Amino acid sequence: MNENTEIARKLKKILPAVQKPGRYVGGELNQVKKDWESVATHIALVFPDIYDIGLPNLGIMILYEQINQRQDALCERTYVPWLDMETAMRRAGIPLYSLESFKPLAEFDIVGFTLPYETLYTNVLNALDLANIPLHSAQRADAHPIILAGGHATFNPEPMAPFFDVFVIGEGEEVIHEVIDCVQKSKASGATRAETIQSLSRIAGIYVPALYEPQYHADGTFKELKPVFENAPLSIRKRICSSLPLPPTRFLVPSIDVVHNRVALEIMRGCTRGCRFCHAGIVTRPVRERSVPDILNALDTALKHTGYEEIALLSLSSSDYTHIQQLVEAIVDRFSGRNLTISLPSLRIESFSVDLMEKLKGVRQGGFTLAPEAASDKMRNIINKLIQMEKLLSTAREIYSRGWQSIKLYFMIGQPGETIEDVQAIADICKQVIAEGRKAIGKRANLHAGVSTFVPKPHTPFQWASLDSLPVVLEKQNLLKDQLRGPGMKMTWSNPRETILEAALSRGDRNLAKVIEAAWRGGAKFDAWQDQFNYNVWMDAFDAQLIDPEFYTSRPRDLEEVFPWDHIHTGVSKRYLKNEFLKSKEGQLTSDCREGCHGCGILTEFSDLRQKAPADRWLCPERT
Amino acid sequence: MQRIRIVYAKGRELMFTGNLDMQKVWERTFRRAGLELAYSQGFHPQPRIHQACPLPVGFTSQFELLDFWLNTNGTLQEIEAKLQPALQPGITILHMREVPLSENSLQTQVVAAKYVVFFDFKVNKQQVENRLNRLRSSEACIRTRRGKEYDLLPLIKSISFINGPHPYLEMILSATAGATGRPEEVLDELGIDYTDTSIVRTDLVLSE
Ligand code: SF4
Repeated sequence: MNENTEIARKLKKILPAVQKPGRYVGGELNQVKKDWESVATHIALVFPDIYDIGLPNLGIMILYEQINQRQDALCERTYVPWLDMETAMRRAGIPLYSLESFKPLAEFDIVGFTLPYETLYTNVLNALDLANIPLHSAQRADAHPIILAGGHATFNPEPMAPFFDVFVIGEGEEVIHEVIDCVQKSKASGATRAETIQSLSRIAGIYVPALYEPQYHADGTFKELKPVFENAPLSIRKRICSSLPLPPTRFLVPSIDVVHNRVALEIMRGCTRGCRFCHAGIVTRPVRERSVPDILNALDTALKHTGYEEIALLSLSSSDYTHIQQLVEAIVDRFSGRNLTISLPSLRIESFSVDLMEKLKGVRQGGFTLAPEAASDKMRNIINKLIQMEKLLSTAREIYSRGWQSIKLYFMIGQPGETIEDVQAIADICKQVIAEGRKAIGKRANLHAGVSTFVPKPHTPFQWASLDSLPVVLEKQNLLKDQLRGPGMKMTWSNPRETILEAALSRGDRNLAKVIEAAWRGGAKFDAWQDQFNYNVWMDAFDAQLIDPEFYTSRPRDLEEVFPWDHIHTGVSKRYLKNEFLKSKEGQLTSDCREGCHGCGILTEFSDLRQKAPADRWLCPERT
Repeated sequence: MQRIRIVYAKGRELMFTGNLDMQKVWERTFRRAGLELAYSQGFHPQPRIHQACPLPVGFTSQFELLDFWLNTNGTLQEIEAKLQPALQPGITILHMREVPLSENSLQTQVVAAKYVVFFDFKVNKQQVENRLNRLRSSEACIRTRRGKEYDLLPLIKSISFINGPHPYLEMILSATAGATGRPEEVLDELGIDYTDTSIVRTDLVLSE
């Protein structure tokens, strides 16, 4: 810890009394600490949850490395303090500070938040408040940092619009440099804050909410986003990299235990499966793969830099990686005998996956995870996830008999058109799976059913769908809770009230900003934490702003409705999404687009980038 | 196989890293260094790294001991050359030597630990001296920690107040299983809030 700042001196006094003080002192291996005065631009990245969760975040890790490679900028990090530390900081008058230099956030030029999910929103307000930075973009003065946000949740930026100066839509690796360059130039020319923000709006993929005013119809539905500044772009297209840049290898290695202690490497981005509920599958399109040698080299370097004992190969659908078998074999070849744990999530339900996992399994043997999502034929047609239940059973049989004692199955209830019979089918299939387990290995067999509740997400074919009402969700959950018990059986589910909040925020408009702020003022924070989430505070906040959450959650949406997020372009056209939604109502499947392009819009939108990339790196076939 | 003992300093960066986490910190250090640790036998093989005596969270140390076992054999110079660039920030190697494989475990050898306490404030010397004298002359010093009563006095092997422009306390406390003295407890007895001090472990005393 840097002794010489006032913050460090005050910290010394309060840290002995808080839980896990190691969260608040930085000093990790691979931390980059530059001389503050030696660079022109200072950037702080914030993960708006505690250190334990935020430190391993790959998005932060990528940008931290990207920015710190520049000579003219430094990037530091912070996370939000846990409740006990927040109280101690407020009492001692310590503002939110960076873990490298122990500088107050307000002294940086740019403060960037990552927002992977909506239940972090109140933590953003809390972080700004702790940093003594005005909550609203409009209230900030020239000396305040530019406050920006990126991450998957920002594909609908509207609910958080008043709090951010700038949103970065899509992949950050390239655009972050353009943002830094622009801020540097503005600063050098003595531009005002408003001028800087306006010049940022000219960068592709940057959305400046203050340049627009949303208009609504009398019934409260969204009419249009009206520019109030003449050069404001009418639509913001997400940024993507034409080829994936080199992955980070200098992962921060903390000196205390955090949720993931591992080298995480994306083997590919994007997904061609087209599950209709899946937000990530749309916003990360097109599929771009890293080559096997690139992956191996990166793993090698990262292991040398970190000493980690675990590797996670990340993607939305590992089985779809073109050279998956070759990759797994090469990894086993190169890294076996080193007591490493290697995880390969998101495998298809088929025996080939068991072969792959068997190759990777080392001494430490965990469970085997599969995500059928639904159990009835009807539902799998609706959601477009092709899984035969016979195949699930035979795969389960194989998993148990080849040495795994526990299987985790992910299901999602509440998808459009689901009836109680479809939920019963989930219970039935779970019972059949555990029966297979018993046959294979007797009482040692375990099954863990993770049952989440579907939240309709913007930019997906189900953006028109309604959230199940609370009584319906409870009925479905109760059916499962009733039946999925007994020896070897375990079920976990999501808090249906938290689901309501997530659903309202996901498809919210700018009016929700008032609710978010009121909820935070009422004490809401750490909404993603089961034991911290306070439904009543949120409902009071909705009431106080005279806003009905059901308007956002379960209200049926007209097919022609204009959405508050329509100005954000993922590259997938609304027409395509609508068609997919209509097909789901007919129970019609759409094949994996590797077998033939369905014209979702990506190739037309990004044809220039497609041409720049090596032909085999994009999995969108060339259009004929 | 060879067994090597490291004497190292644990700095401010690792002040809040407890014993379990230190085990991981070292394990990863050896992985980075490319040194092949020997593993224990059994169902959950663990790398063989043994720390002598847990350093309480919040302290720094000038003298920590650790034994590790390598599958390979190398010279101390070779091993140190690999370790140096791989160290976690906050660790400084002070000394390394090879010890016989058959030697007792470090943990059982530690009998006492020496601590030095610096003050962040202008200490009232007379008051500290007085309290020290009172403590030295008492028959027992019964305290409660985590709901248990115990006598602090026999755990204090020695204690002295060193006067000067930067006065400090020096104490040697018992550090055997079931009889471990804690410096904060001593400070509390002297009427000093430990959060106003910096505590450094400066030595570990091993049995003969
Ligand atoms: S452009 Fe075609 S191949 Fe590419 S993601 Fe869209 S549908 Fe799939």
